[in-house]
Amino acid sequence: MNIQDYLVPHHVDECLAMLNAWGGRGRLVAGGTDLVASLEYGKAQAEALIDISAMEDLMGFEIQDHELVVRAGSTHRQVSAAPRIRQLWPALSKACGSVGSPQIRNVATLAGNVVNAQPAADAAVALVALGARAEILSSGGRRLEAVENLYGGLGQSRIDSSREILVALRVPVPDAGEVNVYGRVSPRNSLCLPIVNAALSLKTAGGTVLSGRIAMGPVSDRPFRPERAEAALQGVALKDRAALSEVGRIAGEEANPRDSCLRGCSDYRRQLLTVLIRTLLEDAAAQTAEEA
Amino acid sequence: MMKALTFTLNGDQTRVEVDPGELLLDVLRRRLFLTGTKKGCGEGECGACTVLLDGQPVLACLLPAMKVQGRAVTTIEGLGHEQRLHPVQEAFLEKGAVQCGFCTPGMVLSSKSLLDGQPQPSEDEIKQALSGHLCRCTGYVQILEAVKDAAEKMTRAEGRKGHA
Repeated sequence: MNIQDYLVPHHVDECLAMLNAWGGRGRLVAGGTDLVASLEYGKAQAEALIDISAMEDLMGFEIQDHELVVRAGSTHRQVSAAPRIRQLWPALSKACGSVGSPQIRNVATLAGNVVNAQPAADAAVALVALGARAEILSSGGRRLEAVENLYGGLGQSRIDSSREILVALRVPVPDAGEVNVYGRVSPRNSLCLPIVNAALSLKTAGGTVLSGRIAMGPVSDRPFRPERAEAALQGVALKDRAALSEVGRIAGEEANPRDSCLRGCSDYRRQLLTVLIRTLLEDAAAQTAEEA
Repeated sequence: MMKALTFTLNGDQTRVEVDPGELLLDVLRRRLFLTGTKKGCGEGECGACTVLLDGQPVLACLLPAMKVQGRAVTTIEGLGHEQRLHPVQEAFLEKGAVQCGFCTPGMVLSSKSLLDGQPQPSEDEIKQALSGHLCRCTGYVQILEAVKDAAEKMTRAEGRKGHA
């Protein structure tokens, strides 16, 4: 690392001014758990680090206008431990509790999980399934983008953290009949990237799926939505196990996991995904039955 | 350009000059000579470098040192000393939870953090709290037993304090 300065802005305007002053050579750091490793290995470059983790206006999360607003300083631990989030967005809560290890979750942020743009990122997979949007500020103004549109290739975010700030993630509040679930398969429970992971968000009525969003990883260069499996979900009765299995089968077919020495061969991972999606649909069915 | 870093280290106000991108692990070991914090993998996958930041376990190998500006850091050197060990350290020795000792400082600090917040944790809570630590010698069972034993020791000590 050849970092020449470490800056700590107190508010967003000051932060943007610092980014502009460094003209693309400064880079935002929140938790830093991924960025530090990338800088150490030369996978990322920066001459100045601008630390946004202590900025008051980027702290905390709240429900505002039918959305959960998770500001950029929120850590995985804070989000996974919040009872209201666990109740309304169990997929997000569980995904955040699956990232890295307790030590990493104590400092790593959800916003960082998105900006790091890894296809296996647990929280980002959940956010894509939940239809979350990102609020991004730059000196050019403010824009809102669907999280799923922020990927420009493997490990490539469309957010330029040398010029822009992801200030908050906005997750829609589920309506009555909506359920969301998350799951992963990994060799051990901590300190381990998933072999496969997935999140589902379903709109249901009377035990039938009206529509659903599925996000899966790491089976593409980004959290991946299997379009045919999502289409197959429409009209499925949640107690129809054969239909749920069929959705899992289609999702597995659409996925394109790589052969990996650490994560298993592509065919094996596809099989796991088929079972994971079916199991998650069964979990969703159980949740719907409880709420009915 | 060096930066002035001021923070509370093991209860003492500390000021040290650091490189802007220097990691907390290197500042502790190379500038402050506190070598109890170990460097294992250096990429956040083993837990050997765990220290407490404002009471919560974090990885010193992935933490820019400037992040601790104005905050409180506890390393294993701040926990006890040879004449008077912390109850978690005592329990680790008594239960045979230490072999080569490389992962031990981190394990002890995560255990202390757990017990400070949850004096009587369940077995699952202990496993969860220690899930970010790898040990290649002891087999984990003794470590689990040590944390349970430390919880009892600390609860008994609290009880005595309460009756005093």
